Amino acid sequence: MRTDTAKHTEPRQHDGPAIETSGLVKVFGDNRAVDGIDLRVPAGSVYGVLGPNGAGKTTAVKMLATLLRPDGGEARVFGHDVLREADAVRSRVSLTGQYASVDEDLTGTENLVLLARLLGHSKPSARKRAAKLLEAFGLEEAAGRQVKQYSGGMRRRIDIAASILNTPDLLFLDEPTTGLDPRSRNQVWDIVRAVVAQGTTVLLTTQYLDEADQLAGRIAVIDHGRVIAEGTPGQLKSSVGAGSIHLRLRDGAQREEARSVLSQTLAAQVQPEADPVALTARVQGGGTERGAAEQAALALAELTRSGITVDHFSLGQPSLDEVFLALTDHPAHDEGGQADGREPVSRSSQNGHDAEETRS
Amino acid sequence: MTSTPASAPPPAASPSGPPAASATPEQPSRARMTASAARPQQGGRASQGRPEDLTAVLVAGPRPPRPSALSVCLTFGWRAMLKIKHVPEQLFDVTAFPIMMTLMFTYLFGGALAGSTTEYLQYLLPGIMVMSVVMTTMYTGVSVNTDIEKGVFDRFRTLPIWRPAPMVGYLLGDAFRYTMASVVILAVGLVLGFRPGGGFMGVVAGIALLVAFSFAFSWLWTMFGLLLRTEKSVMGVSMMVLFPLTFLSNILVEPRTMPGWLQAFVDVNPVTHLVAAVRGLMDGDWPGGEISWTLIASGVLIAVFGTLTMRLYNRK
Repeated sequence: MRTDTAKHTEPRQHDGPAIETSGLVKVFGDNRAVDGIDLRVPAGSVYGVLGPNGAGKTTAVKMLATLLRPDGGEARVFGHDVLREADAVRSRVSLTGQYASVDEDLTGTENLVLLARLLGHSKPSARKRAAKLLEAFGLEEAAGRQVKQYSGGMRRRIDIAASILNTPDLLFLDEPTTGLDPRSRNQVWDIVRAVVAQGTTVLLTTQYLDEADQLAGRIAVIDHGRVIAEGTPGQLKSSVGAGSIHLRLRDGAQREEARSVLSQTLAAQVQPEADPVALTARVQGGGTERGAAEQAALALAELTRSGITVDHFSLGQPSLDEVFLALTDHPAHDEGGQADGREPVSRSSQNGHDAEETRS
Repeated sequence: MTSTPASAPPPAASPSGPPAASATPEQPSRARMTASAARPQQGGRASQGRPEDLTAVLVAGPRPPRPSALSVCLTFGWRAMLKIKHVPEQLFDVTAFPIMMTLMFTYLFGGALAGSTTEYLQYLLPGIMVMSVVMTTMYTGVSVNTDIEKGVFDRFRTLPIWRPAPMVGYLLGDAFRYTMASVVILAVGLVLGFRPGGGFMGVVAGIALLVAFSFAFSWLWTMFGLLLRTEKSVMGVSMMVLFPLTFLSNILVEPRTMPGWLQAFVDVNPVTHLVAAVRGLMDGDWPGGEISWTLIASGVLIAVFGTLTMRLYNRK
């Protein structure tokens, strides 16, 4: 692998976080789209901002990218205030918006040459850079076509290519895979991984949990313009529980009995599933001395002792889906929420269980 | 979109392990390794670029110096030309429309106002050229308005460049359109019998002054393009502004016969002075007063509407 990165010696003058916001607010009429967000995004990683549609993700990104003026609070990018030092911020960030941020009337090559020229490349250098990026992104055949004729995945790639004409220190990717097929999505993921491997910080907004799980080192969950949880994917997951045990019994009639055995052994929520012979039990994390696997083994032994035949057994990690739904289904519990985003885990863990109970 | 453990990881992702490993600042080398370790698995995906390319292309080398305001404006002007190349229909309003205006007014009023169409054409042509081009300026507002909604504007606004450059770029493209409209009208005029006393130089100077004024006047439309919500409302406002400005002037008739209050308006209307200057230049005079009046008006238009445009642009 000839990845000679020794050339990449650009100094990163700022040692602090890539992004730091405190009490960031944006109001549109009656709607507090962003309602006091505190974020601290470490440099050099992928930071996921997870939330449903309308949670305020795009508005927050637009403020950080100097496109919108905050109505309250502060935001700094590499130590530069987004309002007072907007120009310094602009010289270090790139934005790939939710909708194609390239000119649809122009061809792929024209778009990249145009932007490279605007970034200070000479004509030959701009052409060279454009050709190189188009090739690396698998777009050389489409280079001479207008972007409006591109497929969704191609648009996304040309869009990201436009954002890394000059390798930015911070790249905003606003829902980069929304509406893409799985293959195109994987391509975008690969690009994101390669970009971050070069030292660029990536702020990624998404409504897809597995995307945040796959890419992000830390995740902030946003709902109604507020951060309701923050942490590593692992922390967020363990806030819901250490994992789930999935069981299939030989005899559906034994399900009630199995359920009571499990809830005694594990001291946890056990839910019957739509399948009449299946059960799901949540394994407690954190507080208990035993690991999830050990607990599961214990539960299995207990079931056998009670004469219940288990046909199939699996222990799964809780998905971020569960975390997400647990957190966002209950906005009432978020009152005065974890706006500081520091120690949401224990709190959201409670929310998680409550939410799980009522949801099913 | 459920993410059961089995379905979530894409084939290329599995080697890079838990997401926590994706590049923390302390371990860049490890991150680089995981990124490249994922590579061989991608061989099957034919249409995607080769991964080594991806990494190589990211090592962009030193950043070029920040471009000058002039070079950025010219680049945006180039964009406007590219758009004309891809959507040539938009030249319709600077070719067919001016021809129609010239023919229509020459034959409509020629006999009645000047006794013959050829006579009238000597008077009318510089005026009708001004009218057509000034009316065309409003398309600037329409294109700004349609463009601003698109994502590409967000990208322009996050670039570290001289802020007014995207707007100036529009106007440079439009200056080309204005020149084209002027030349078309001149050609039609020459065919119909227009004989400019100022010769080639006079005509060139007249067109140059017209294009310069229209460039300045267009800032009014960039402002409305940013201010108004829809394309239709931009059109509506432009009619309210353009009809009085062009008709209540000396374009079609000498203002002598107008009532006093109307003459008062016609006298301060910048279009009147522009027409007088262009007419004079094409006739072979160099009407210094009218030229200065026009240039000062242009300066004021840029100062006022340019500033308002940029304020809206930054607030958008």
